[in-house]
Amino acid sequence: MTAEAVYGGVDIGASATKVALVGGGRKIVASDVRKTGVSFEASAAEAMGAALASAGLRLEGLRRVVATGYGRHNVHFAHATRTEIACHARAAHFHFPRRITVVDVGGQDNKIIHVNAQGRRESFKMNRKCAAGTGAFLEEVAQRMDVPLERIDELARQASHTVHMGSYCTVFTKTEILAHMRAGEKVPEIVAGLIESVVKRIVEMDPLAGEVVLTGGVVAHSPMLAEMLGRMVRRPVHILPDAQLAGAFGAALLAAETE
Amino acid sequence: MKSDRPKQNFKKIHASGRMKEIMEAHFRELDEAARTKKQKVAWCTSVGPAELLKGMGFQVFYPENHGAMLGATRMATDLIPLANAIGYSPDICSYLTADIGSYLKGESPISKAYPGIDGPPRPDVLVFNTNQCRDVQDWFNFYGREFKVPVIGIQTHRGVGEVTRAHIDSIADQLKAMVPKLEEVSGKKLDMEEFKRVVGLSRQCTDLWKEVLEIAAHKPSPLTFFDGTVQMGPAVVMRGEQRAVDYYKLLLAELKQRIEEGVAAVDGEKYRIYWEGMPIWGKLRELSTQFAELQACVLASTYCSSWVFPALDADEPFESMARAYIELFIVRDEDYKEEYFARQIRHYGIDGMIFHDAKTCPNNSNDRYGMVERISRRFDMPTLVIHGDLNDLRCYSEEQARTNIEAYIEQLAEKRGQ
Repeated sequence: MTAEAVYGGVDIGASATKVALVGGGRKIVASDVRKTGVSFEASAAEAMGAALASAGLRLEGLRRVVATGYGRHNVHFAHATRTEIACHARAAHFHFPRRITVVDVGGQDNKIIHVNAQGRRESFKMNRKCAAGTGAFLEEVAQRMDVPLERIDELARQASHTVHMGSYCTVFTKTEILAHMRAGEKVPEIVAGLIESVVKRIVEMDPLAGEVVLTGGVVAHSPMLAEMLGRMVRRPVHILPDAQLAGAFGAALLAAETE
Repeated sequence: MKSDRPKQNFKKIHASGRMKEIMEAHFRELDEAARTKKQKVAWCTSVGPAELLKGMGFQVFYPENHGAMLGATRMATDLIPLANAIGYSPDICSYLTADIGSYLKGESPISKAYPGIDGPPRPDVLVFNTNQCRDVQDWFNFYGREFKVPVIGIQTHRGVGEVTRAHIDSIADQLKAMVPKLEEVSGKKLDMEEFKRVVGLSRQCTDLWKEVLEIAAHKPSPLTFFDGTVQMGPAVVMRGEQRAVDYYKLLLAELKQRIEEGVAAVDGEKYRIYWEGMPIWGKLRELSTQFAELQACVLASTYCSSWVFPALDADEPFESMARAYIELFIVRDEDYKEEYFARQIRHYGIDGMIFHDAKTCPNNSNDRYGMVERISRRFDMPTLVIHGDLNDLRCYSEEQARTNIEAYIEQLAEKRGQ
């Protein structure tokens, strides 16, 4: 346990709830990731409780807490809220303090955020209402193929070629996969095609400028996505350290910086 | 959660009481005309030749106004599927599908608001102008078949750059060609003096409505776009009538009073926002509350300004109506639209511009041909696109819109270094 000021960030996403506690030197001293349950309040409390326990702290010991994510307004112990866009931008610029394009591939939505050298957001875009190209797309299609999400990256790396998906609709893609299976394509090649489909959705959202920094739970489990994106856009693509914690980490940083 | 934002005190517009009275009178007069057959009823598109119809003694009903009522009362989303089921696609105008659904089910917000009225008045004639879109023609043709009444219309040019004599002559000729058909329905000859009187009143109404909207240029603005979507009622359905003129004089006086007293529509106004595109009728309250809580005043729009017709001239009723109805923003080309936005941005001192991409209304979704990026670059101004719809809330993700709006205001604050 440390006597220095500790700040908390809580990110209640559509799929997962993440907590990051940040201490001196803006380092993560404890964190927690768990599935977002039916109660945002309970998910936030449980994730925060677990992070506090591992840091040997109590909630009152946190100097300030910022909440973000879809459930940000349900975190009653937070002192303020910020959007995921602000938090991901802050986290990415902390690690890459220069002009960057942040691409967050989340559970239900994707975001592209242009950040200037000073860390100021110049513009952002979220995907349309449809969750095509997001974590939900991979989750649903992987389930159809009986492939655990954690194995997607490993399987895709075994592919001898990529099966290109023509549709960006999750439901249509599931039907398309049936046709590919009937045609004798194997799981690794199809999985590589699914990752490529996510990459295509990102590229068509907004032009990517400067270095690209990927955040969110999907890239944390699928580094191949970054490699494919890099090949497609021909520019450096980084995966943020602790990519799944990006929102929570950014929220904790903003908690410290907006006292 | 702690908040340093002032609690919003939503301010009632007192003139609205009078507006409710005249709106009720409008619907009761329509109902009486249809029931007693004392006066003929024409259905007219929102920017159709209302002045001509009123000048010829018709009671005029506006199905698009009914569509907006269906949206605002949130009846639309349940009624749209009924129209989809009989072949009207979910991808076409959701005013049309909501209104046809309302007809098929026999449910209308008019009967809920005004007890004793069954719903829209039965038409004797249907009159459209395609300046809004092609959908109005198909919409009116549906009712033409149902009620077995004539459907007549004006085909307006699209993508108009400079308005030329040829454009005006084309529309004026179509207006004149309507007269014998309308005389046949009404059983009366066109009285030019009465027609001119109505055009004159419509001009007075539109001038006052313009003044109401432009008062929002004051800092802080005494009026929001959300107020405008309600206050525009008389300009839409009662233009050409003295009571609309009287109403806007009353409203204008109240808004001027607000300015004198330093009353802002949004307390602590920090950001001045322009709304481009259709209102999301079923979410006006939620959006208005969210923007106010963020100290952002959405104060001007293309939509509310669509009932400003400075060309109307009582001395030249046909030609001036033709000009007024083809000078409209909605029928103009991209270059005209960009310059129009530039004028609006400068006039109202706009900090940010929100484009509503309405799934079922391509003609009012001006984000689809690179306009957003052009405006953003030209004015070094953050812009935002909200995906939704005017009536079909199945096309709207409230959570995503809320996050987008909040992040957008954060971005405006960052730009100012706050």
